[in-house]
Amino acid sequence: MIRNVEVLVVGGGPAGLCAAQAAASVGAKVLVLERDYVPGGQLVKQTHKFFGSEKQHAGERGFQIGEDLLKEIEADPNIQIMTETTALGYYEDGVVTALKGREHLKFRPQRLIITTGAAEKFLAFPGNDLPGVYGAGAVQTLMNVAGVKPAERVLMVGSGNIGLIVSYQLKQAGVEIAAIVEAAPKIGGYLVHAAKIRRAGIPIKTGWTVKEVLGTEQVEGAVICQLDDKFQQIPGTEEKVACDAICLAVGLTPLTELCWQAGCEMKFIRELSGHVPVVSDNLETTRSGIYAAGDATGIEEASSAMVEGKVAGYSAAESLGHSPEKAAQLRAEALEELRQLRAGPTGGKINAGIDKMKEDGGVVHVNLYGYSH
Amino acid sequence: MRIEEHPVRQFDRGEKVSFFYNGQKMEGYSNETIAAALHAAGIRRLGHSPELHRPRGLFCAIGNCSSCFMTVNGEPNVRICVTRVEDGMRVEEQHGKGVIST
Repeated sequence: MIRNVEVLVVGGGPAGLCAAQAAASVGAKVLVLERDYVPGGQLVKQTHKFFGSEKQHAGERGFQIGEDLLKEIEADPNIQIMTETTALGYYEDGVVTALKGREHLKFRPQRLIITTGAAEKFLAFPGNDLPGVYGAGAVQTLMNVAGVKPAERVLMVGSGNIGLIVSYQLKQAGVEIAAIVEAAPKIGGYLVHAAKIRRAGIPIKTGWTVKEVLGTEQVEGAVICQLDDKFQQIPGTEEKVACDAICLAVGLTPLTELCWQAGCEMKFIRELSGHVPVVSDNLETTRSGIYAAGDATGIEEASSAMVEGKVAGYSAAESLGHSPEKAAQLRAEALEELRQLRAGPTGGKINAGIDKMKEDGGVVHVNLYGYSH
Repeated sequence: MRIEEHPVRQFDRGEKVSFFYNGQKMEGYSNETIAAALHAAGIRRLGHSPELHRPRGLFCAIGNCSSCFMTVNGEPNVRICVTRVEDGMRVEEQHGKGVIST
């Protein structure tokens, strides 16, 4: 049986929850699919305080923002969330399939909002597949959600904001950080986070990388080495590091399988960290009625993912004729909020990426599966 | 190892449950994943790669990467990072690709 849905949101993270809330607030009926058993996406594991203005919950911690948002959504009669439900595919007749336990579900949405988030990038080095090599997000989940130490002594790879924040959180949880290695010549994250790390006595080694894992059954240590200005390993600079885990914080890449399947135009944009769907200002993809928001449209922060979610939610509801004037006005307000968020120095990269996404040319991938619409 | 005191978070772990890991009785909590319960007991090897039989552990913890597949109550390829541990559950290290029962 195919269930008809007015607005289907795939992914119950910050973008998806805000999209659902926005669409529902002007009268749309929304169903959210979430593969985890707790909605909230990466918010549930974020114990640091957010930056930005009050509107973007500045000063609040990520998990608190997620909890508040969920409470509001659970009280909203227009929104249903299905947890432990993984979207499997988008079919050419517009049907989205999903798996909940052993149950195969089919939905036919009038509007689809893809807020599938991101996946952690990996790094090639011998032994990178052994138990004890974690993505930074996994480490955060273990210690900040489950309250379980992932290891006793960690080598952190990457000094972007995630590498810095997770290192600090590990220390809060009573885990030692052997060092943070950073391939680039400069620390990637905000100075405020880096300063905290240095005050905690954790060395940040720029121009270094992990060369290999020690151990055959699991991580029992690591070898690190220096890199030259072309990011090539310099022989003779190897050092052994005592650690029982290696945490990779080397960036994220958008999760866009559904966009590919739906035949949305896709572009590779380095500033947005991978292949992203080409979207309009309203965050509609090149397939009419399919929207994308959050990290799926380019890696940014949870605060902007939430605002993007609102833009997509209002746009979808407006196109269905739900209080179109009010929806248009709220969408305009959200777009202004987004503009302000990206006005700071760190917004430069994102704005450049969005410009590239919008300009003609570049490698456009379309209709990967070759079917016609 | 469980974190008992945390400067920011309080952990609502839920009820104590017991489950079986490779036939051995273990303890976990109803509000946590199988991955969390195993890590709390110091178990990081979750399975083996299907071709070279190399040990596999947790990587993404968000149900995305397939590294944590285990056999749970006889069903292979369960993503234990997004599956809650339940009383009496049988969790086993997986060898090979597993066969899906119909």
